[in-house]
Amino acid sequence: MQSHILSIILFTPLVGAILLMFVPKDNKDAIRWIANLFALGGLLVSLPLVPWFWAQRFEPGFKFMEGAPNNWIPSIGAGYVLGIDGISFLLIMLTTLLGWVSILSSWTAIENRVKEYYIWFLILQVGMLGVFMSLDFFLFFVFWEAMLVPMYLLIGIWGGPRKLYAAIKFFLYTLFGSVLMLLSVLFLYFYNFRQTGSYTFSIQALYRTAPHIFHDPAYGSTFAILLFLAFFLAFAIKVPMFPFHTWLPDAHVEAPTAGSVILAGVLLKMGTYGFVRFALPFFPDVVMHPKVRGWMIALSIIGIIYGALVSLMQKDMKKLVAYSSVSHLGFCTLGIFALNPAGLSGSVLQQINHGISTGALFLIVGILYERRHTREISEYGGISNVMPLYATITMIMFLSSMGLPLLNGFVGEFTILQGTFVENWRWAAWAVPGVILAAAYLLWLYQRVFFGTVTNPKNEKLHDLTPREVLTFVPLLIMAFWIGLYPKPFFQILQQPVNQLVLTVRPDYPGISSPVNASIPAAPAQAAALHPVTAETTKVAKP
Amino acid sequence: MTPNLHLWLIPVLALIGAAINGLFGKRFSRQTVVAVALLFSGAAFAFALWVASQFSSLTTPHIETLATWIRAGEFRADFAFYLDQLSLVMLLVVTGVGFLIHIYSVGYMWEEGGFYRFFAYLNLFMFFMLTLVLASNYLLMFIGWEGVGLASYLLIGFWFTKDSAAAAGKKAFIVNRIGDFGFLIALFLMIQHFGSLDFAQVARGASPALPGGEALLTTIGLLLMVGAAGKSAQIPLYVWLPDAMEGPTPVSALIHAATMVTAGVYMVSRSHVIFEHAPGAMMVVAIIGTLTALFAATIGMCQTDIKKVLAYSTVSQLGYMFIACGVGAFSAGIFHLMTHAFFKGLLFLAAGSVIHAVGGEQDMRKMGGLRTKIPWTFWTMTAGTFAIAGFPPLAGFFSKDAILFKAFTSTYGSWIYWAIGVFTAFLTSFYMFRQWFSTFFGEYRGDDRADFHGHGEHGHGGIHESPAVMLVPLVILALLSVCGGWIGSERFDKFLAPAFHASEFTPVVQHGAMGMGPDTVVPATPVLPTGRRDVEVSETLLTGISVAAALLGFLLAGQLYYRRRDLPGKIARALGGFYETVLHKYYVDKIYAAVFVKPLIEGSTKLLWHGIDRDVIDASIDNSADGAREVSDAVRHMQSGNIRSYAGWVAAGAALVILYMVWVGTR
Repeated sequence: MQSHILSIILFTPLVGAILLMFVPKDNKDAIRWIANLFALGGLLVSLPLVPWFWAQRFEPGFKFMEGAPNNWIPSIGAGYVLGIDGISFLLIMLTTLLGWVSILSSWTAIENRVKEYYIWFLILQVGMLGVFMSLDFFLFFVFWEAMLVPMYLLIGIWGGPRKLYAAIKFFLYTLFGSVLMLLSVLFLYFYNFRQTGSYTFSIQALYRTAPHIFHDPAYGSTFAILLFLAFFLAFAIKVPMFPFHTWLPDAHVEAPTAGSVILAGVLLKMGTYGFVRFALPFFPDVVMHPKVRGWMIALSIIGIIYGALVSLMQKDMKKLVAYSSVSHLGFCTLGIFALNPAGLSGSVLQQINHGISTGALFLIVGILYERRHTREISEYGGISNVMPLYATITMIMFLSSMGLPLLNGFVGEFTILQGTFVENWRWAAWAVPGVILAAAYLLWLYQRVFFGTVTNPKNEKLHDLTPREVLTFVPLLIMAFWIGLYPKPFFQILQQPVNQLVLTVRPDYPGISSPVNASIPAAPAQAAALHPVTAETTKVAKP
Repeated sequence: MTPNLHLWLIPVLALIGAAINGLFGKRFSRQTVVAVALLFSGAAFAFALWVASQFSSLTTPHIETLATWIRAGEFRADFAFYLDQLSLVMLLVVTGVGFLIHIYSVGYMWEEGGFYRFFAYLNLFMFFMLTLVLASNYLLMFIGWEGVGLASYLLIGFWFTKDSAAAAGKKAFIVNRIGDFGFLIALFLMIQHFGSLDFAQVARGASPALPGGEALLTTIGLLLMVGAAGKSAQIPLYVWLPDAMEGPTPVSALIHAATMVTAGVYMVSRSHVIFEHAPGAMMVVAIIGTLTALFAATIGMCQTDIKKVLAYSTVSQLGYMFIACGVGAFSAGIFHLMTHAFFKGLLFLAAGSVIHAVGGEQDMRKMGGLRTKIPWTFWTMTAGTFAIAGFPPLAGFFSKDAILFKAFTSTYGSWIYWAIGVFTAFLTSFYMFRQWFSTFFGEYRGDDRADFHGHGEHGHGGIHESPAVMLVPLVILALLSVCGGWIGSERFDKFLAPAFHASEFTPVVQHGAMGMGPDTVVPATPVLPTGRRDVEVSETLLTGISVAAALLGFLLAGQLYYRRRDLPGKIARALGGFYETVLHKYYVDKIYAAVFVKPLIEGSTKLLWHGIDRDVIDASIDNSADGAREVSDAVRHMQSGNIRSYAGWVAAGAALVILYMVWVGTR
């Protein structure tokens, strides 16, 4: 069971999607039930991973490895290799959770082409999980691209009035980035061949050779920087970092609620995940290059402040939340490029937090939209009077999003800022106003929507949350309080991979005492690293 | 080993009360809501009293560690509580005054909607405030710090259907956040240089011998002061406090007078080791305190709203506390914090009782002659007014006198602080007696309506005394305002000495079993002498001058607002523009709006959103997309709309790319 758990998690939604194909499209309730069951099933099958992973959280390397390099298309060296570390573990759990929540939230929101909607949604789920599990770049890329199509269709078919513009913008932006990334990876692929004599897309193999390009006299540092930039572009668009963010507000505004939840909650994390999984270990010397790092930090800080300022002025609730994502993700990339344990673990935790809080914010906007079919802030006011429970839950999620202590956002932001501060106090000082502005745009939004008297007669009869809607918030609320009150387990899960990453990028970083991970060696290839896969599988076999 | 006090129970009791009322209060009767709220806040107070009774048997500071909260990289912060003389004083003030105000609120809020919500928020506030004062590290303190801000936000905006209340709550939160900017950066500096946020460790680490030494400590001190200025409403961040009066009056008494706003003073006092090594920061604290005290007092003189007068008075009195901190007289500052909690809590509650009596009217110009109609309120308010004005032997006299004396004589002191302080004492006395005379003496100037409904906070018929449930807290606080200072500043100073000479303690931390037991810190040899400037001045003379100032204020107010009510208008006209400026609170809110808020809003809209986002980034992308469309028009025949053929093109493109890469990679 343990040895195939990742495949089981990965393909459960696909089974659901295939099953749905055989259900007549008019039987909408059956479709909804099946889709919800498989989404819930996807969450349930991922739960055993929690205790299993917990038991080996401090062990080095990737866990629950499946497959072997080059076993899929041996002629080009592509393999079906899955495996996770603490970072991908948390993101996978976030994905299965949000996948369920967003499918549950679609019950009444989607009325036309129901069958296709759920099929595509479940396929999207497979793509996202695959991205976080793949340890082979070819496989990764298949999932990465495969994910684009369902998202494109979700926006393009079930979206708002400007859905086509938004969908195409989303598609082209991301495609553009990923093509450049593909070029860059192909170079790494051939470089690896020249170094080792074998063709492989195995990420662990590429980890061993890619860092050498920087010092290779045949190519040199500038070339390595260019390769990094190709990765950067792909991931920066996905995150999105300033100035590649303009697809995001459009995509969010037009996407259906569940699409927004997944887009903000999981899809954006692929960008940050890409940095952590690929850009950093492939190009450790590039990211430590002062100029490159300076630019990354600068763009992160600009994103934080810029996103917050633009968010402040939005008239459309969903656009406001979308711009706030730019700001929050700026914190995540800031933490990544702080390149120390606090910054990186804070960043990953904040990615989870953002998935929870902003996912909830999109649900919140969606609930009002479903009732009134408008997201204009000026259409509302005094909603606290008619929907008190909804107002309370919204307040909690707003507080979580603005980083109030004892809720999740604070822990992430604080850790990121602390890690950043150690590197350069100015970076942190520039980022902190983002925290102030977050309070401003969220509380102002709250004031305009919830406080005051009901002035718009259309809002007088709004009904409060249904039990199903409450159910979508319950797991998010629990997670928000859990991470806020007791984040220690999360930091423990992140400790090993994050320390490993820091050692890869900064071999001389002081104070990291955890055992060196065999599968991601620090820059020079090490003899011990040659058979990481077998070492891992024997460990996994133990109860 | 010291006994385990289970300090964590104190805040948690308040939290349980908040949770019960918050979750189920909607279904409770008012009586049940009251029972829950009073039971848990009363239990917290009783527990605090018990802790105080055990206190002499403790080695202080008494530290209890519950669990690790955050551990990232090399940094960790615990859920741990800390009890020494300083936190004991705060604990008793918060739970004691807090409990009294809970009782008062029962009467005051009885007829309001959202009754359960009010008490849930009030208990929630107690939870965070107690966390703040009992925290053993800055991060836990920061939880309380932000939490009281949240409770304040919720309670200011309690009448959320009123737009001004909702706006005031938001303003308070955001201005506090600006202060938190400083606090947060200070925390990061401490982590970086001391490796910890524990009070004990920071105190040990904060020495000028550090790399960066005094400059570093000055920076930390100044940043902490930014945070304190936000929470404790000092220049330039005081602007939220007067607006906060939109909240129900018990909230103004508890949060915006007695407890929360003093958190900044507590925090600076708690960080005294840092400040003592940073004379520059001390001076800034003293100057900010002095200026705020004076500035707010002048505004207070022109206010006509009974609560606004008290609000500016609070800002001004907090300024006194910062003067004390800034001249190194931390215990005098805490002494004033305590007496201020008594008399300002009393004044607000009494003002609430007045407002209650006259049916929600807050304008003092429409009051007058209430002395005989609401005698209990009158007499208690009289006690509060004389106390804040600094008449001996009332509480305010002792604490204010201690501050002024130290402001003159301390090594960090100066006659300027003292002179402005005394002048402010005169202004304080003046505006307080102006209020006292306007409210209780002369003729009643309000409309003698039988029905006051729909008017501000309260609707009742006729002028009437408040119910006993409101009067009892008034009487108790009045007694405390009279007697609360009799302990004397010297004895108070001696009591607090162990907390304020923490640099004399080398903490030796012994961990209790399971991390649950108390840790003890063993005192070691003293290092710092307490400073006194080499000035020859008679304490009696200084005291005499400040009492004379108070008396002068009383006489002047009596002259203007009792005997010759025509004079104030004439004086105001004579002062012309200056009076207008003060009346409009020096236009500070307008200046802030023009200098900060408007550029921020317009810049964000026009420059960033419309400018960069739409006109630069999107425009360039749409243009390139147009370009691409033109190209693709040329190759339109490839566009079959068929996914399979797209896939074919993608594959073909990829093949080309791969060929190219093969060529590059193998050349």
